Amino acid sequence: MTTTHTKPSENLNIVIVGHVDHGKSTLLGRLYADTGSLPDGKLEKVQAICKQQGKEFEYAFLFDAFLEEQEQGITIDTARTFFMWKGRQYIIIDAPGHKEFLKNMISGAARAEAALLLIDALEGVKEQSKKHGYLLSLLGVRQFAVVVNKMDLVGYRQDVFDGIEKEYREFLGQFKAVPSQFIPVSAKLGDNIANRSEQMPWYTGSTVLETLGGFQKEAARSEQPLRMPVQDVYKFDARRIITGRIAAGRLKVGDHLVFSPSNKRANIRTVEAFNIEPQPTEGQAGQSIGVTLDEQIFVERGEIASHQDHLPAVSTAFRANLFWLGKRPLEKERKYLLRVATKEVDCEVASIHRIIDTMDLAQQQGSNTVNKNQVAELTLRTKAPVAFDLSASFEATGRFVLVDEYDIAGGGIITELVHDDQEFLREEARQRDFAWVKGEVTVEDRAQQYGHRAAVVLITGGRHTGKSFLARKLEGRLVADGRHAYLLDGENLRRGLDADLSEEERGQTTEMARRYGEVARLLTDTGLIVVSTTNPFGLAYREASQAIRTLVNPAPVIAVHMSKTEEELPPNTDVVLTGPTDFDAATARILDELKRRGVLAQAIGAKPVFQYSI
Amino acid sequence: MKHLRQLEDQSVYILREAYKHFNNLAMLWSMGKDSTVLLWLARKAFFGHVPFPLLHVDTSYKIPAMIEYRDRLAREWRLELVVGQNKEALAAGMNHTMGRVVCCTALKTNGLKQLLEHKGYTGVILGVRADEEGTRAKERYFSPRDKHGDWDFRDQPPELWDQYKITFPPGTHIRIHPLLDWTEINIWEYIKLENIPFIDLYLDKGDGTRYRSLGCAPCTTPIKSTAKTVDDIIKELRHTTVAERSGRAQDEGRGMELLRKDGYM
Repeated sequence: MTTTHTKPSENLNIVIVGHVDHGKSTLLGRLYADTGSLPDGKLEKVQAICKQQGKEFEYAFLFDAFLEEQEQGITIDTARTFFMWKGRQYIIIDAPGHKEFLKNMISGAARAEAALLLIDALEGVKEQSKKHGYLLSLLGVRQFAVVVNKMDLVGYRQDVFDGIEKEYREFLGQFKAVPSQFIPVSAKLGDNIANRSEQMPWYTGSTVLETLGGFQKEAARSEQPLRMPVQDVYKFDARRIITGRIAAGRLKVGDHLVFSPSNKRANIRTVEAFNIEPQPTEGQAGQSIGVTLDEQIFVERGEIASHQDHLPAVSTAFRANLFWLGKRPLEKERKYLLRVATKEVDCEVASIHRIIDTMDLAQQQGSNTVNKNQVAELTLRTKAPVAFDLSASFEATGRFVLVDEYDIAGGGIITELVHDDQEFLREEARQRDFAWVKGEVTVEDRAQQYGHRAAVVLITGGRHTGKSFLARKLEGRLVADGRHAYLLDGENLRRGLDADLSEEERGQTTEMARRYGEVARLLTDTGLIVVSTTNPFGLAYREASQAIRTLVNPAPVIAVHMSKTEEELPPNTDVVLTGPTDFDAATARILDELKRRGVLAQAIGAKPVFQYSI
Repeated sequence: MKHLRQLEDQSVYILREAYKHFNNLAMLWSMGKDSTVLLWLARKAFFGHVPFPLLHVDTSYKIPAMIEYRDRLAREWRLELVVGQNKEALAAGMNHTMGRVVCCTALKTNGLKQLLEHKGYTGVILGVRADEEGTRAKERYFSPRDKHGDWDFRDQPPELWDQYKITFPPGTHIRIHPLLDWTEINIWEYIKLENIPFIDLYLDKGDGTRYRSLGCAPCTTPIKSTAKTVDDIIKELRHTTVAERSGRAQDEGRGMELLRKDGYM
């Protein structure tokens, strides 16, 4: 057999997985040798090394490049290898089967569009055969074939093959995974790899090579609703370009985009590209793209652009299936960095519902930790609202990783939206923003004119900590500096806007905070820096500040907490003032924070900040 | 062509991730076909701009035409070029006759490490490809190096979907490899598709030989070939079974594994 050298039409990423020593690297070596895909001298070079070291040549040595791998006869890390067959370029990822290297297997499988899962005919279904089968499903690799290897060692017997097929199909069926094919092979001897075996006339299905040819390029995600996570915003020249990789759907010039969770909206003015003539006017799933908008709205990395009729979910909590690879166990209530598409946000594990044993899919409840290489169902809670999808509907925006210190330590798929207490207010804000009637003057026009953008400085804390005094002082300082600032005092709402409420109703934080938040929202829309305190809410300031935050979104809230003694801070506090306060110093710190957050214009760090320019 | 755009989209995504997360970022440019394609992809990713410096580790043994080509493109494309050299080793007379691994380690690995340390780069983008040789096949897109610039291939970080390793302890750095999934043919197909200027040492100019891989003059030999155009090269590569780096002396024996563990490109 010789390789056909036609021009490739597409690339397909395939991963080979399975229990250690079941023959993955051998299968790969054989596939290359039998299709004439090895470079000249490669076979001879490896044979010579084997001879020199006094051991028998194995096809596996062709790709186990590290000395240590050859000495121990196992694959340590995934190798990408390439071969061309019938007009398609295959990138084949050989994943290690040893359980110690599970993270490497997962890295390999996460890159794949289809998989071959190997089972040794003599040993049968082993621990990693099951774990890998389960993880393929969790990682979203839905196309795969099961290769039953070493058939030569069981005398090419059909009953052995049938027994393994039955056992493994039952296991896969428990989580609804369906392989395209079970193939009996001997990788060592080349049976049913590239060439049909003469030893197993009872098998009439496809060879490994034919099976690869039958795998389809990933289903057209372009037909789904649009999802484009914002990767970055550039302003290298006159153009302000929003970049991202389209995860699903398509977009074109003139489309109305909604960015979640900020709810900002604008129309696509142009699609930008380098060295493409004529300039493109559309994009679709898979493309790394850049667009300019008709309005200079402030959007950031991490937001998801979609069309208005199919929005992603927004919440601060979701339920997920997770696999853990961290050196130290995942712990309930410990803080991790969550990354969903391009969004990065602090989170904590709210609860661990159960640990799943991948051997028999048994479930264990009541655990407060998830150990390395375990799979678990859990609920995560984020510090700020995140846009995402359920993994069953959208692959790329429905999965996530957790970072522990410097390392990606786990990954998973989102199975369920968990409603949080801000859900109703968030929906109110979304509906109100979509229907918002705008004049000719844009938010950006106001920012240009004022030299700053809108924000809320919210001062929280117990009674008699100096909140009102600081708020007055800050307002005075901002106005003296030429900023447009306004002190919103809750007392002024009570006597006017809230005059229709009964005494009892005025005691309810929820409705009071909602009214307060909507007034602040109006004021920020005028481009003001609103300075305010949570005085009207007394000790319920934590609840109130959450509601205000939700309603003024996407205007930034700079949270300042004042207290006489050390105490637990409300979530998302930016500036902490403890003990006797030097009000001048406190004002200066808040101004610094306003600069850091990009409310007051200034260049930050070595790299000019293009996110927002005024 | 569709497969080239798929590769391009992936590489552009990686380059943009690198630019977003590394404040002190640089790209290694050896003027060879791969790192020149990488440079072109940066211009794609950043819409005609290259927002980080290009590093060239000059061993002083490069073929002169490569230096001319470097300076010309740097001018035309307004590149910020940073050239590093292990002057100490050269002054001491380092050359390939002292042993190829010894010479590569001194002039390239150590030259690179000195440059990184001196400039404090925390992210370095390189044009290595998985199909070049065995240890590169096992690389990550974002691959950490320790305080000594060494690669711990036994314990590489997980790389899940489009989530890469972008956080790292002080004193270490990350090597970024946007071209891992490209093959030698893909590189030439893309050069043709985008009409990227390349150095003509890759073509036969009448004597029936050309360079297939470019390194230092003493350690790189031309191959027998009559390919006079990019089309000829692509045609030739579709039928060859000779390894790309067969003209590179440092690949003999376990040369590359030893070199790369110590931080070679």
